[in-house]
Amino acid sequence: MAMNQPDNFDIQERQKSIRTKGRQSQPINCQADSIAGCVSQRACVYCGARVVLNPVTDAVHLVHGPIGCASYTWDIRGSLSSGSDLFRYSFSTDLREEDIIFGGERKLTRCIDELAERYHPQVMLVYSTCIVGVIGDDLEAICRKASLQHGIKVIPVQSSGFSGNKSDGYRVACEVLLRMIATPEDVPRQAHHLNYLGDFNLAGEAWIIRGYLQEMGIHVNVAFTGDSSYETLRTAPTASLNIIQCAGSMGYMAKRMQEIYGIPFLNISFLGLEDTVESLRRISAFFGDPLIASRTEALIQREMAIYGPTIQNYRRRLQGKKAAIFVGGGFKAISLIKQFRELGMEVVMVGTQTGQPEEYDTIHQLVSDGTVVLDDANPSELERFMLEQGADLLVGGVKERPLAFKLGRAFIDHNHERKHPLSGFTGAANFAREVEETVCSPVWKYLDK
Amino acid sequence: MNAQKDRVRNVNENPCNMCMPLGAIVPFKGIENAMVIIHGSQGCATYMRRHMAEHFNEPIDVASSSITEKGTIYGGEANLRQGLDNLIRLYNPRVVGILSTCLAETIGEDIVGTASVYQQEKGHSPVPRLVPVPTPGYGGSHAEGYFKALVSIVATLCRKTRKHDGINVIVPHISPADVREIRRILELMKVNYTLLPDIADTLDSPYTKVYKKIPAGGTPLEAIEAMADARATIQFGETMDDDLSPGNYLESKYGVPLHNLPLPIGIEACDRFLALLQTLTLNPVPEVLQKERGRLLDAMVDSHKYNREGHAAVFGEPETVYAISRLLVENGIAPAILATGSAKGHLPYLLQQLTAECDEKALIMMDSDFADIRRHCAGKGINLAIGSSDGRLLTEREGIPLVRLGFPIHDRIGGQRILSLGYTGTIMLLDQITNTLLAAKYSHYRQDLYQRFYPDRPSSMEQ
Ligand code: SF4
Ligand code: SF4
Repeated sequence: MAMNQPDNFDIQERQKSIRTKGRQSQPINCQADSIAGCVSQRACVYCGARVVLNPVTDAVHLVHGPIGCASYTWDIRGSLSSGSDLFRYSFSTDLREEDIIFGGERKLTRCIDELAERYHPQVMLVYSTCIVGVIGDDLEAICRKASLQHGIKVIPVQSSGFSGNKSDGYRVACEVLLRMIATPEDVPRQAHHLNYLGDFNLAGEAWIIRGYLQEMGIHVNVAFTGDSSYETLRTAPTASLNIIQCAGSMGYMAKRMQEIYGIPFLNISFLGLEDTVESLRRISAFFGDPLIASRTEALIQREMAIYGPTIQNYRRRLQGKKAAIFVGGGFKAISLIKQFRELGMEVVMVGTQTGQPEEYDTIHQLVSDGTVVLDDANPSELERFMLEQGADLLVGGVKERPLAFKLGRAFIDHNHERKHPLSGFTGAANFAREVEETVCSPVWKYLDK
Repeated sequence: MNAQKDRVRNVNENPCNMCMPLGAIVPFKGIENAMVIIHGSQGCATYMRRHMAEHFNEPIDVASSSITEKGTIYGGEANLRQGLDNLIRLYNPRVVGILSTCLAETIGEDIVGTASVYQQEKGHSPVPRLVPVPTPGYGGSHAEGYFKALVSIVATLCRKTRKHDGINVIVPHISPADVREIRRILELMKVNYTLLPDIADTLDSPYTKVYKKIPAGGTPLEAIEAMADARATIQFGETMDDDLSPGNYLESKYGVPLHNLPLPIGIEACDRFLALLQTLTLNPVPEVLQKERGRLLDAMVDSHKYNREGHAAVFGEPETVYAISRLLVENGIAPAILATGSAKGHLPYLLQQLTAECDEKALIMMDSDFADIRRHCAGKGINLAIGSSDGRLLTEREGIPLVRLGFPIHDRIGGQRILSLGYTGTIMLLDQITNTLLAAKYSHYRQDLYQRFYPDRPSSMEQ
């Protein structure tokens, strides 16, 4: 019992960010800066902006800064494209010592010129990294000039890493997207058209959802930003609804689009059978069209007939196992808690890098007493709570995977590198299979925990 | 001069290198009970950890001083000090590497000064030895960062006490499996040695029932201190400038004679390594190693005809590129494109010497990126690429098969276990190279010959 109390933990300041449901009542401390030296798993503003914007397939993504920031983000994500693959290339101004001293503006201009000439993109996104914020290059002015000169959109992404964390980067990305879709005049709304926000088409996930909606008689103008292009993004203002999957990254975008274009939005989730069914029904209800409603029910019935029993099968093998979650945002954590419940599994630890207070409230309501909830955890905490809480499995990103394995725990990659879809009915089945594959692998018995 | 500085253009397209602090993390991971903190904003540290975790399949704990907007204006010293406090509390290390980033250097942080003040102030309680290494990302590639850290490590930690007959062995950025092989050879030769940095167990740690935050293994602090009094240094670092050569430092500061060798990949380089060990220890080469040598010769003969059909592009860190190029030349594989993302060092000169006699002129590219490499591959009939996973587009777009080696390996498992040096490692690598050429041949030759010679083929078959 006493073992479970996080309050004998080493770093005093971290305690506010760790809560055990049923033991402490104060709300969790989140959205604070990471504490130096604690080995935070968080990333930077640039990372957040890049995650959201990178799937714009036909854009030139030019990173203004020293080479590392570009190296570490080159083609590491599994967003798929049906068209251009320019987004898989890493472009960097590769700033050197002399550029730091004399400023990087001239080099940046030359890079933009070269890229405009070689690739003729319609849009170029110029990301600023930490030192650009310090040496004071005027990105805005350079991009404005280059836009005029080349007759394309050259848009600065003000993503200096130190100016916040990943979720600030999401917001920066949204501002850029708003600039990209801006139309001078009013555009007519199209009745059964919607935009799908917060899906990056990892392993074709946006395609799966687009397929469902098409079958229901609803057209997806564009997904933000999975498999999007300059042209398709420009159609966004004509939609009559925005649906948001990843609210952490796109909630702001939806609010702004409502203000500017009057487009209403719905928070949905296509992770897990329960959420998928409910989300499809809510979308259908929004349009209030009986034809759509009947197609939706037919779709749900057909898919549930296929995947319902599959999931039940896995559930039988997984019932009672314990899961730990450490992911980037709150939306994903919430969906995962529900998905584990579908599999009969208990969630004993939940954490995020940058979850928001409301999301932590929801998490708190969803989990049972004794579950540890923590924000911006570090490896020591992950280790400690995985062991103390007896987790059989961890869901996390690349950095967390080897830790789970060293602790002899199963692991689910819920990151942007994955090569199989986790959305929709088929994705729910993939998820269940992945959980089964890792938790029930024969290798664990040799570790003799 | 055919070493070309091929960057007439400004933009770097698909980078062939990473930044200095990433390279500097590795040597610290090869010191017993050591930790690293990166002075800069949180993102850099996280990206580097992610990159390394994927390659090594190991947890890579690296702290950050997490500089925020405030820090960039008022200075980040307080962050760094707090970072040190916390990391010492969490990890209780004996050695802490302090690395800087572009941001820290640009805002004028003095990590050397901060480290010495911190060490003095906290002198009463056990403070780990601090090793500051200024590593602005823009100052060089990860390869330079690696050696720069090593120079700082020996400069900060070594001290002269009493001469001993041990031998220092300093290795470049090679895999943990490679480090283990070097250790095995040293042990077979009965050498009394200190190997730095020793990532054999720390970055490829065995599964144990109880997890240790800092994995067991690594070069012990005392052993590093004593490197100043060693009888000799063997360093596999011919490509680095003197100021990035820890062996040079030990020689000029403490008079430890330096033997700089190429990495023992290929028969000649392995022979040189063993000959030197023989001279230094007067021990004979044991039968096991002699047999391994014989097997390598046998393997070279077995595959020599296939190898002559190889036209290779090699890319990676200078020391590796040099060693692999030597292997290619020995085996009659054309070293057609030899590229690195590093901009400095002796590599161009060494490669020119090496390839002077080759039938085909080698293209030597410093400071290059994959756009360059790919462009040149297209025109040169390249049928083999050797280097890290970052060369994957050569396969995807140009159909050139890639033998994976070096850092990072992120689209395959087991980057930490790739063995390619010593006689045995060379055999494994050479077989893999030959088999890659053979695999391509088997998958094409029927079609190729049909296309070329069958007189009555329908024109629709033409590709
Ligand atoms: S290049 Fe500089 S700023 Fe970028 S990741 Fe490396 S150290 Fe950080
Ligand atoms: S320099 Fe800044 S933008 Fe680049 S990786 Fe580091 S924190 Fe992120």
